[in-house]
Amino acid sequence: MTDENAITVKDVHKSFRLPHESNSGLKQVAINIFRRNRKKGYEIQKVLQGVSFEVKKGDFFGIVGRNGSGKSTLLKLLAGIYVPGLGSITTNGSLVPFIELGVGFNPELTGRENIFLNGALLGFSRDEVKEMYDEIVQFAELEKFMDQKLKNYSSGMQVRLAFSIAIQAKGDILVLDEVLAVGDEAFQKKCNAYFDEIKKNKTKTVILVTHGMDAVRRYCNRALLLEKGKIVLIGDPNEVADDYSKQFIVDTETSIKENNRYGTGEIVYQNVKYKLTKDWFTLDFDVVNKTENDYDSITMGYDFCINDDIIIGNDTRYLNDYKSGIQLGPKEKKHFSVKFANNFGNYEFTVNTNITTGLGMNVTDHIRTVVEFESNNLRYSKAFKILSFPEITEVTR
Amino acid sequence: MKLSNIFSRKNRILLRELVITDFKLRYQGSALGYLWSLLKPLMLFAIMYIVFVRFLRFGAGIPHYAVSLLLGLVLWTFFVEATTQGMQAIAARGDIIRKINFPKYIIVISGTVSALINLVLNFIVVFIFMLFDGVHFGWSSLLFPLSVLALYAFSLGLAFLLAAVFVKYRDIGHLWEVLLQGLFYATPIIYPLNLVITGVGAYAAQLLMLNPVAVLIQQARGLVVGHQNVITADQIFSNPFYLLLPYLIIVGIIVLGAFYFRRTQSKFAEQV
Repeated sequence: MTDENAITVKDVHKSFRLPHESNSGLKQVAINIFRRNRKKGYEIQKVLQGVSFEVKKGDFFGIVGRNGSGKSTLLKLLAGIYVPGLGSITTNGSLVPFIELGVGFNPELTGRENIFLNGALLGFSRDEVKEMYDEIVQFAELEKFMDQKLKNYSSGMQVRLAFSIAIQAKGDILVLDEVLAVGDEAFQKKCNAYFDEIKKNKTKTVILVTHGMDAVRRYCNRALLLEKGKIVLIGDPNEVADDYSKQFIVDTETSIKENNRYGTGEIVYQNVKYKLTKDWFTLDFDVVNKTENDYDSITMGYDFCINDDIIIGNDTRYLNDYKSGIQLGPKEKKHFSVKFANNFGNYEFTVNTNITTGLGMNVTDHIRTVVEFESNNLRYSKAFKILSFPEITEVTR
Repeated sequence: MKLSNIFSRKNRILLRELVITDFKLRYQGSALGYLWSLLKPLMLFAIMYIVFVRFLRFGAGIPHYAVSLLLGLVLWTFFVEATTQGMQAIAARGDIIRKINFPKYIIVISGTVSALINLVLNFIVVFIFMLFDGVHFGWSSLLFPLSVLALYAFSLGLAFLLAAVFVKYRDIGHLWEVLLQGLFYATPIIYPLNLVITGVGAYAAQLLMLNPVAVLIQQARGLVVGHQNVITADQIFSNPFYLLLPYLIIVGIIVLGAFYFRRTQSKFAEQV
């Protein structure tokens, strides 16, 4: 490894204007001209606030952070797709990006034509692309499909081809965004082997944005952790990975939006809190009887969703612990603490809890999206792992 | 964007790939393929010829009026294609712009070059017509490419300006369509300019000939079918300033287009 910088980032700021709904287009321009006290039709969102770091040649550099921390914006700045608002980014060497799972294919062109077009977009000549062509096709395992139009490829095949172009292109700096979810198990192994080799031989500088801490520990020799647009830690990948994981340990009252809630209101949840640690996910809440009636078979249920699909759920009618349900006298309040084993990983899901009075299916209080977690994982197969997880391990009253 | 880099090797390669792609995709799924490049203006010409020359007797008594009409149509079609394709170029490739950093102006150029290739193909048709019509080729015909070049430069300048505006305000697409329609009738393409002079007055013809497209189309026609058969700008203006004005407009549009495109291009990836 030489001491030369591949990328130098100096005090980079980036903000975006987020136009308010229906405020774009000429209409708004016209309206704004005639309006006296111009109301701003947009909000400024500061995504990066003074980020500085250096990447040395041969580094395998990780960028981690929660969703919205600004890491994708940072990556696009590094790749030259965005231009910094303030500060500077200096790149030394040719750069090949792999962002948003692809390099931008044309569905009407064949695989072969797309490779050449992409090569040109990345700044390679036809001869240079010809040289890498065989390796690209071989790595993507798409030898038989190169003369077919890309629209006839499966999404997995497209991503494989895009990824192969990115890594086989003779660029000095490889900028990768969320790639560890590419392809099937076999292809993953191949990618892993490829990364291992790069790490060992330092043939390229790699910048990797990921949520997968295993990858950070395994491949990166340096990493940085972003939080709300600022670097909170930079250096040893293990420390960065540890710090990142700690961010998910939260103990907080959830902010429940009223439009995430419905129900007839006789029995309601109050003081809903959750706690997420490495091993446990705990929900704390009170159940309150708002009426003067006696209820003896209140049911309670929960479910976990990933992108609105219920992955697992249960309610008291099926749990022996709860017998037929909970009893609450007039105006009575009971506290519950429900504990789940945390095998969530960092997947995106929403926890829904709902409550139902015993007779009939009358929902008295339903809260949607008590907690929302981060996600990175695009592979559905991993979702099935979740099927095995959240069983109530303990209920205290 | 350094001027010396505009046509660097890399950019030339990219331009070539983009133009080839455009061409491959243009007539995809049509049985006649590239032939449509030739058939379309011919069919358009046939309609215009029947309606305006045969029925309405436009250009009666003007030698080679049919060739003039065809050439005018072909050049106008080029102007429409180059500006429209150039305008949409950035927005149409938004998917790639969000993923790879590459010189954006190349895609605008590629959109106009595709139109230029079409134009060259169409010239073959025009040339065949000229042979049939017995058009005499003079030395001045050699200047014809210069008129085309000026028209291309004007289209390119407009394309840059429109493309940059289009990224932010799609409204310009509709506006441009209407403007083109108006400009089509304000340009002596289907009617000869002397019809305006005799029908409305010399001042109307002078007004029309301040439009760079009209000036260049008339100039190109004059170079091909002979100046005695076409009224060009120098025949209706005595003040040289008015002869120069269309060219000043062209230069102005190019400078404005290049400047505005350069200033806004860094935000394309965010806006597109």
